Amino acid sequence: MKNLLNTLTQTFGPSGYEKEIRNFIQKEIEPFVDEIHIDALGNLIARKGVQKEDGKRIMISAHMDELGVMASHIDKDGFVYIAFIGGINPLTCFGSRVKFMNGTEGVVYAETKKMNKIPDVTQLFVDVGASSKDNCPVKVGDVGVFVRPFLDLESRVVSKALDDRIGCLIAIETLKSIKDSPNELYFVFTVQEEVGVRGAVTSAYAIDPDMGIAVDVTIASDVPGGEQLNPVLGKGPCVKVKDSMLISHSMVIKAMTDAADRKEIPYQMEVLRFAGTDAGAIQFARSGVPSGCLSVACRYVHSPSEMVDWDDVENSIRLLTEILDKPVIL
Amino acid sequence: MNNTNDQLIDLPVLTDEMIGLLETLSNIAGVSGNEIAVRSIIRDSITGFVDELHTDALGNLIALKKAKVEKPLKVLIAAHMDEVGFMLVEKESDGIFRFKVIGGIDERALAGKPVQVGKKQKPGVIGACPVHLSTREERERILSVDTLRIDTGPGTSEIQPGEYATFATKFIRMGQSVCGKALDNRIGVATLIELIKNCPENIELIAAFTAQEEIGLRGATVAPFRYDPDVAFVIDCTPANDQPAWDQSENTHYKTKLNQGPAIYASDGRTMYDHRLIRYLTSLCENYAIPYQIRQPGPGGTDAGAIHLSKNGIPTASVSVPGRYAHTAAMIVRIADWEKHFQLMTAALAHLHADILKADR
Repeated sequence: MKNLLNTLTQTFGPSGYEKEIRNFIQKEIEPFVDEIHIDALGNLIARKGVQKEDGKRIMISAHMDELGVMASHIDKDGFVYIAFIGGINPLTCFGSRVKFMNGTEGVVYAETKKMNKIPDVTQLFVDVGASSKDNCPVKVGDVGVFVRPFLDLESRVVSKALDDRIGCLIAIETLKSIKDSPNELYFVFTVQEEVGVRGAVTSAYAIDPDMGIAVDVTIASDVPGGEQLNPVLGKGPCVKVKDSMLISHSMVIKAMTDAADRKEIPYQMEVLRFAGTDAGAIQFARSGVPSGCLSVACRYVHSPSEMVDWDDVENSIRLLTEILDKPVIL
Repeated sequence: MNNTNDQLIDLPVLTDEMIGLLETLSNIAGVSGNEIAVRSIIRDSITGFVDELHTDALGNLIALKKAKVEKPLKVLIAAHMDEVGFMLVEKESDGIFRFKVIGGIDERALAGKPVQVGKKQKPGVIGACPVHLSTREERERILSVDTLRIDTGPGTSEIQPGEYATFATKFIRMGQSVCGKALDNRIGVATLIELIKNCPENIELIAAFTAQEEIGLRGATVAPFRYDPDVAFVIDCTPANDQPAWDQSENTHYKTKLNQGPAIYASDGRTMYDHRLIRYLTSLCENYAIPYQIRQPGPGGTDAGAIHLSKNGIPTASVSVPGRYAHTAAMIVRIADWEKHFQLMTAALAHLHADILKADR
């Protein structure tokens, strides 16, 4: 499973350009689903099972896009100025490497004259080793992602794009382990979450589910000088109560905590004062959808080195499987 | 391009009539929420060329031109018809009005500008303290909209709070350029009117002249629902900030540049554009030798932001005409950029085919 996660995290897929990661996930899940299609925005939508008498239509969303950069200007000396794709702190960028879709790699730095304060993204550039505009292999509009290999620390794993390839892994493994659910399950690997939960908007409209669950990361507080938040690494999956886009539906929360109690899976309650997930979009589909989010506590979110606890990952799969395997009361 | 229609077509040129139409459109007032006068001109221009014409609940004017083939591709082209401007908030005394800004206008661009006010387009000015009487400290402060007033002179009993005002700039042609108050986005409106008249017969054209773009893409949020398009193009006018930097350093943040042709969007604050359509448009430009530019990615947005998220999702592209001094009293656009934009959109409709959307996104 760590090998699968390794491949998931290292596969190219910034928001809007998810083809490569989508193709990989599609191959991985195709034998286990009843129906699969790709929508106009590029969401991968897989149905498993049909709705039985006491079952519901449930949308499970894990976003497959990752943070990235887009070339905005090539200067006369061949430096590539960039715009961010998604919410990136420029402080995490210095000396980082990025890889563009055409394979070109380079190092991110900033105009040094202005380095006495946190630079604005407009001062960041990528040095791809070019010496002029003409020999620069990158064009305005080209997209890239951060380069950072997968690191296995036994009980913990580190990589770029754990947000939200860890959610993809949990959804994939859950999908494989579901045997005979009364629920009609729509596993959606969404696009463009990082730029504003956009893929979830259109896929939730199409599916018109009875209930929505996003699987995503949340901020872990257990680091020096960390945020004052509840989730920590290793204490189990997080049941989201709220973030800035969503008040989780009480019955979705109950479905999650009941399932955890049934299987004696440890869990943590998550109250996030900012940010949002696909669930924030799913809840608004059509006439409204009871929604919630199963989160994995994650350190260094939106940096090129995100860290999660492996027990949390395995417990998240067990918990999501248990939620989806049984009738849900809304 | 594809086998069925890969013959290059003759590209249209911009006629004096089109520039005349733009003049009429730019001079008319149509601030967000009050697009009625613009709608009326558009209606007159396209009646007879379309099969259906509706004004919807938000004020969008949506025209349908049916195809002459079975199961045609349904193509939405959207151009917002509203402009930024002002709304009168309170009559302080006869001829003196407090006002607020509708849409994004820099407060620094307000003081001293002539405006036209209310339903009868009464002339007025946004008053400013004369330099003779301003202290140095006052001159260094930005005059916020709260401190400014529109002055129409007395005798204004018919003008009421709630009415709109616009900059009073009259459209002029200046050499290779045009200048006007509402080129953003009457230039897109004028283009769409021409595209309707010359639409190829194999596509079903849904022409949406949208309302309230400048205050949050509101018209475009509902416009796609009437006819369920397969694909959408948004045509608009976009800021060019292409002057040299003050310290002679390279200008790396110009967004777009004049004289570089139509600006094709890759990404903005509201949309990651469909790269199948971006490739389609850029390869058309190459085949037709139409110059083009990729608008620099970053904040900002067009009606595409609402349209591409409608219903199950709609593959969407945006192509804008670059212009300087957007959202001020006077925007300047190069006629050549407009013509190339018009040509690109004409070619885009002529060669459009469902196969483009069958490729992996």
